[in-house]
Amino acid sequence: MIDVKHLSKSFGDHQVLKDISEHVYPGDKMVIIGPSGSGKSTFLRSLNLLEEPTAGTITFDGEVITDPKVDIDRVRRKMGMVFQHFNLFPNMTIRKNITLAPVRTGLMTQAEADDKAAQLLSRVGLVEKADAYPNQLSGGQKQRIAIVRALAMNPKVMLFDEPTSALDPEMVGEVLAVMKELADDGMTMVVVTHEMGFAREVGNRVLFMDEGKILEEGSPAQIFGNPQNPRLQDFLSKVL
Amino acid sequence: MELYELWKPLMREGSASFWQEFYVKFYQAFLEGSRWKQYLNGVGTTLLVTAMALALGVVLGILVAVIRTAHDQQRTGRKNPVLGLVNGVCKVYVTVIRGTPMMVQLLIMGFVIFSSSRNYTMVGALTLGINSGAYVSEIIRGGLMSLDPGQAEAGRSLGLGYVDTMRFIVIPQAFKAILPALGNEFIILLKDTSLITVIGGKEMVYAAQAIYGRTYEQMFPLIGIACIYLLLVMIFSWLQSLLERRLRQSDRR
Repeated sequence: MIDVKHLSKSFGDHQVLKDISEHVYPGDKMVIIGPSGSGKSTFLRSLNLLEEPTAGTITFDGEVITDPKVDIDRVRRKMGMVFQHFNLFPNMTIRKNITLAPVRTGLMTQAEADDKAAQLLSRVGLVEKADAYPNQLSGGQKQRIAIVRALAMNPKVMLFDEPTSALDPEMVGEVLAVMKELADDGMTMVVVTHEMGFAREVGNRVLFMDEGKILEEGSPAQIFGNPQNPRLQDFLSKVL
Repeated sequence: MELYELWKPLMREGSASFWQEFYVKFYQAFLEGSRWKQYLNGVGTTLLVTAMALALGVVLGILVAVIRTAHDQQRTGRKNPVLGLVNGVCKVYVTVIRGTPMMVQLLIMGFVIFSSSRNYTMVGALTLGINSGAYVSEIIRGGLMSLDPGQAEAGRSLGLGYVDTMRFIVIPQAFKAILPALGNEFIILLKDTSLITVIGGKEMVYAAQAIYGRTYEQMFPLIGIACIYLLLVMIFSWLQSLLERRLRQSDRR
């Protein structure tokens, strides 16, 4: 579904991603783990071109999206993204947060989008918050809304950039539960996270990144049960 | 009226009491020959010039700020040469306007560029608008840059285009953040209209000067227009605080 070839990214002289090739298959639950500064967030953000790759190509649904001629807005409509800091729009109600993009991009009418929003909100148990503003919600609620907002566009793949890292510990569970449910529904997901439990339970492939490279990848059982790379062994000994 | 006729001779003799003198001077400054109408005309011109300069300043400011921000946010490898050129023009504009005194700009516009024009009010409004635009553009640019980049990223990641993201997400939030600074700029603009006297604009200072030119009594006309400016600014600040309260709606918890 997403094919990454020889992806490199530099910020000035600092090379963050070093010649990464990877493939995301439909239905994949790919979990990327690694220490801070390993390039995992940059890699994820490259997938929908929030970061412009310095070199390499990314193909999504058979289309080379790194080509400057591609209308990136159209591509992004098929790729949902959830951010560490939620990035809800504080100047709009929850309903408006969810319906803005589907309506403005012509995907739905306002009435259809409102229906969709109500349906998704009830799925995450926040239907009564539709008319609240983001600042009136807890972090966990905000992140569940952010997931709903991305889902309202009917994306083919969901990208999660450390979705629980900015949450109070007691709110992590509610967000992971929503993500787990989404995974069970068969959504293709790429998740950057520090939640090893989630990686083990939900992921079907786990990637370990460090210093801009994918050092090891495999099933959760392999990565957590039988790590080969010494960097990974060291990393796991610290976080588990 | 009668009191004025009664006390005026006393003043010439030098035997008027403080309050009698006060009344006579006040009468001369504001009431004699319906002089208050001159101030009123001046207030009208001041407000007209402010409104026109404000409109022009805001339009120019938004235009320049959006061009400069758009230029800085281009995708690498997709630099638009036209945008680069326009961005250069905008930079020169801001540099020149901010680098020269308001008064000098007015004199140049009034006596060099539009030296043949007799419509001093319009020339004044144009100059003030162009001047204000440079400052407003920097205020807006600051507001756009101060916003968390994650907001624009969230908009773009949902597939919204640059224009929609700016229109629905970035600009409404930036506007709220820059409102105090904008209010400040507009108050400065309102008071700077007093400068158009130097090219013959008939606003409040012009009225005051015309009157004390005849009565040789400067205090009352000048204090008078100072009070009018103060009143106008206070009304303006009040309107601004109303607007701020309205925009704070989404902050309630």
